[in-house]
Amino acid sequence: MTELTPEELAKRVEVERIKDASNYLRGTLVKSLQDPLTGALAEDDTQLSKYHGIYQQDDRDLRDERRRQKLEPHYQFLVRIRVPGGVCTPTQWLEVDRIANTWCNNTIRLTSRQAFQLHGIVKRDLKKTIAEINAALLDTIAACGDVNRNVMCNPNPYQSRLHAEVYEYARRINEHLTPRTTAYHEIWLDEELLSSTRQDEEPIYGKHYLPRKFKIAIAIPPGNDVDLFANDLGFIAIAEDDHLLGFNVTVGGGLSMTQGDTSTYPRLADVIGYCPKNKALQVAEEVVKIQRDFGDRTQRKHARFKYTLEDRGVDWLKFELNRRLGWNLEPPRPFVFEHSGDRYGWVEGANDTWHYTLFVPNGRILDTEDCPMMTGLREIAKVHDGDFRLTANQNLLIGQVSSKRKPVIDALLEKYRLANTHDQTGLRLNSMACVAFPTCGLAMAESERYLPSLLDKLDVIIKQAGLENDPILIRMTGCPNGCARSVLAEIGFIGKAPGKYNLYLGAGFYGQRLNKLYRENINEEQILAELSPIIQRYAQEREPGERFGDFVIKAGYVKAVLAGKDFHW
Amino acid sequence: MQILLPERNQTPLSGDQHHLLQQFIAALSPEQAAWVGGYLTGLVANNLPAVAGADDIADITILVGSQTGNSEALAEQMHSLAAGRGLKTVVKKMGDYKFPQLKAEKNLLVIVSTYGEGEPPDTARELVEHLFSKRAPSLKHVQFAVLGLGDSGYEFFCKTGIDFDRRLEELGATRIHPRIDCDVDYESSAEAWMDGVLNELSARLETKSQTAELSPPSLASTSVYSRKHPFPALLLENIVLNGRGSIKETHHLELSLDGSGLTYEPGDVLGVYPTNAPDVIDALLQTLHFDGTERITFDEKDCFLYDALFSHYEATTITRPVIRNYALLANNRKLDQLLHDKQKLNDYLHGREIIDLVSDFPSDSLSPQAFVDCLRKLPPRLYSIASSLKQHPDEVHITVAAVRYQAHGRDRKGVGSTFLADRIGEDATIPVYIDHNTNFKLPADPATPIIMIGPGTGIAPFRAFVEEREAVGATGKNWLFFGDQHFETDFLYQAEWLRYLKNGVLTRMNVAFSRDQQQKIYVQHLMDEHGKELYAWLQEGAHLYVCGDEKRMAHDVHAALLKIVAAEIGTDNAEGYVVNLQKTKRYQRDVY
Repeated sequence: MTELTPEELAKRVEVERIKDASNYLRGTLVKSLQDPLTGALAEDDTQLSKYHGIYQQDDRDLRDERRRQKLEPHYQFLVRIRVPGGVCTPTQWLEVDRIANTWCNNTIRLTSRQAFQLHGIVKRDLKKTIAEINAALLDTIAACGDVNRNVMCNPNPYQSRLHAEVYEYARRINEHLTPRTTAYHEIWLDEELLSSTRQDEEPIYGKHYLPRKFKIAIAIPPGNDVDLFANDLGFIAIAEDDHLLGFNVTVGGGLSMTQGDTSTYPRLADVIGYCPKNKALQVAEEVVKIQRDFGDRTQRKHARFKYTLEDRGVDWLKFELNRRLGWNLEPPRPFVFEHSGDRYGWVEGANDTWHYTLFVPNGRILDTEDCPMMTGLREIAKVHDGDFRLTANQNLLIGQVSSKRKPVIDALLEKYRLANTHDQTGLRLNSMACVAFPTCGLAMAESERYLPSLLDKLDVIIKQAGLENDPILIRMTGCPNGCARSVLAEIGFIGKAPGKYNLYLGAGFYGQRLNKLYRENINEEQILAELSPIIQRYAQEREPGERFGDFVIKAGYVKAVLAGKDFHW
Repeated sequence: MQILLPERNQTPLSGDQHHLLQQFIAALSPEQAAWVGGYLTGLVANNLPAVAGADDIADITILVGSQTGNSEALAEQMHSLAAGRGLKTVVKKMGDYKFPQLKAEKNLLVIVSTYGEGEPPDTARELVEHLFSKRAPSLKHVQFAVLGLGDSGYEFFCKTGIDFDRRLEELGATRIHPRIDCDVDYESSAEAWMDGVLNELSARLETKSQTAELSPPSLASTSVYSRKHPFPALLLENIVLNGRGSIKETHHLELSLDGSGLTYEPGDVLGVYPTNAPDVIDALLQTLHFDGTERITFDEKDCFLYDALFSHYEATTITRPVIRNYALLANNRKLDQLLHDKQKLNDYLHGREIIDLVSDFPSDSLSPQAFVDCLRKLPPRLYSIASSLKQHPDEVHITVAAVRYQAHGRDRKGVGSTFLADRIGEDATIPVYIDHNTNFKLPADPATPIIMIGPGTGIAPFRAFVEEREAVGATGKNWLFFGDQHFETDFLYQAEWLRYLKNGVLTRMNVAFSRDQQQKIYVQHLMDEHGKELYAWLQEGAHLYVCGDEKRMAHDVHAALLKIVAAEIGTDNAEGYVVNLQKTKRYQRDVY
């Protein structure tokens, strides 16, 4: 990668300067970790730690109280563990559980990108935590930061043979796009990998990495639970008789936007062609490199791949990609998506194996008085001989259970009151909230802590309308960055201020259409008053099989959003 | 009349004096000013006592050994009273005293405090060692009297005073007045002793003729408010500094001194007059089968028993005089036996309070008056000041650890700390005064580096020090050591220290949080770890300050210091090096 002159660097955003000076993501992290006077990292290091899978946060519930107490904020760290395709072994589950109960806040958060998140780690325990995660053959590198993130793949329980093959691609792409810097091993694992003959290099990224985060997903139709079109780069598996042939390639998805700035908007990906399966890795690498070279490094909120594409056009991208590949993508093959939610309970897979999908409210694994989920899953992991799969909807699949072992798992689900967690309305089963308060620094309103109680009230309306068995996608995020993909919800909420939300309606049921702003800055009472008549009307007037998101458009509540550019208009 | 007073640092005046003189001058007419000038000139010529020059032998030497400044205040008072009777005295601090001068003394009045478990004040250690060594001179020609200061809550009450009294006699000196052991409520007993001593001296010495009608000015007090007349300070702020989940409860209190005329310097101490907790008094009354409405006489005034206990008497701490007084009344055989067994008595006193005493050894014939007559007066509580007046005009801040614990089946609480923590409502006032502590002061030269060691509430004066150093733009380096239990919750004033580190006022800071890891780490371990640098700072002339717990911390810190110095210059020389630090006031302590 070419060196930048100071003038060139000055034109770029601050984060680019930090990356430039970081010596391949080292910065002053070691010194920051050793400083006993503060629970925080040095400011520049808080940017670099993300590339190592670590976000600095503080307990926002205590922020003001501690300021008055003349204490610094209660700094703590979120560690995101990469789990390509969301698949891990029972042994790894047990280790994550142990780490969560040793160094963290005794919970595990399953994310909407099939990763584990551990919260509440204080600085002096951070190194131990990362080392123990690596000892469990998991890692955190590139779980955040301006690099390719955890590669998603739907944990398709129906076609296990095909899933196994597709999952392998997710794992390999993830591996191929992992940063090569040895900083991670030096800082967290005390491994000295560099020598006079071995220097750091980043053949794919270069020393400035990407202009912004980069997300890749693989979907196996008809399931689109990974919300493929929300990703910078997507692969739609094209199969014949349960055998993978190749992938349709999608580019330019991304949901985040900046509050009050209409030049930023969510955008769904375009399908640009088809590649045979053995070319997938090359396609992924070249798309990433195009974004590396053309992405906007002078404006951070305009740096995602979706804007590169909007600014230059899809045709330019196809041309540039084909040029770099040295061959042309084929025309896309036909595919059909039918849903984006999870199917709960037992499903029979191939080879006499079974899969159980557990409803995990908002992806939070913890023990409560009503439901000792964390303990239950630990006990299951001790006897389970298959795998665990984190779903893109923050639920958990207990996979590859042999029919012989199934009664054992069943008994444990029963014992720990996990067997009926999906005995809920279709609305709640299709709900998703991001973490938000108290740890997320971006949140403007509650999300995970609030959505359940809002659902209690909406469930009453749903039941009155007789819709308790109808799946409706409802999602909430505390800010417009979209961790819980609220702009792809039939009923979406984006936090504006404590207790105030923007209400969005009309997204497609299988992730094919963005929703539209319906009401701005409303409180709970107004939310219920707005939604109640729409839900009742939907119950009375819908056509057979008509989805809620389609109905609100037909009924004229909102216009359909056909392109990201039109989201605000 | 427009007269500009020189800046304070160009005068020999204290901050208070400078301030008052400025106010006073501003209000004078030219005639008044001329008269005052003449008056003061005459006064100085006739009456002002000699300043303690090294070789100046006065008729009477007041030798003072002070830890927190109380002894010095008494010495000043003695000096004034003596002057009023035409007796020439000179006040000398034990730390500055040249031992050979002992032989030349004629009349030696010793005022010395004891702190901790019978320890002499830091400034008195060398003199004590000298007196008790073989090199001590014969003092046959010397007449002496001793006033000891202490706290009867401790086992070795007034031990240093007792030691002086005994040793001076052993060395052949003549006692002209019996020693007095003053408790924390020392005013009236100290005054009685001074009267007695001065009567003796007046009779023995030929008094010089004086301009008798002039009453000499007191040098000590400059505000109308004092220990005897505390100022009712408004509580401005009461914040718990410990974060959630801490087992500590450290309060930061901000009080208003507006209108008091009280001033202080970093290192000074705030005296606070607390009241007892109502539930404590209620329980005590119940145990005694009194209802509180009984009338008693306190300070020659008639009042309710409840009110007297609430406001005027120490109703919790058992001191040895209290238990002896009570034993005389209680007529309880078991109690008498206990008093005769030192070890058993110590064990009994540990963790017990007056309510335990009266419930364990009840007396059926105790009158309310007789009971309160057993008790000692509720003394003021002293807190190291945590603020600089320059940063907080008209305010004083203190750092108070609320003391609450269980002992012998009862909930206990510290009188002063829980009074401040729990029972001061909004808009309430607290009776306070300033206790000037000349033995804990920043170096005169702002370029001198300082090392501050203050774990727990020992951090308080260093907040004042650093605020002051910032306010005056001091160029000297500042190094702070702090320790407590947990980093997340117990890092007192953390946000302020981080700011000082960022803006460069604090040069460095080291922290020890004892319970954040397996092995316990304390400040002395940090000193040890950075011993080389610490010694280098001392070599550069740094002053070293220690504040906080006396029993464990201060001893361990002292040992660590000796070890550090020994590593550089050898064990044989280390002791002398550290003693010299103390002697030159470069090693000062405010420990309790």
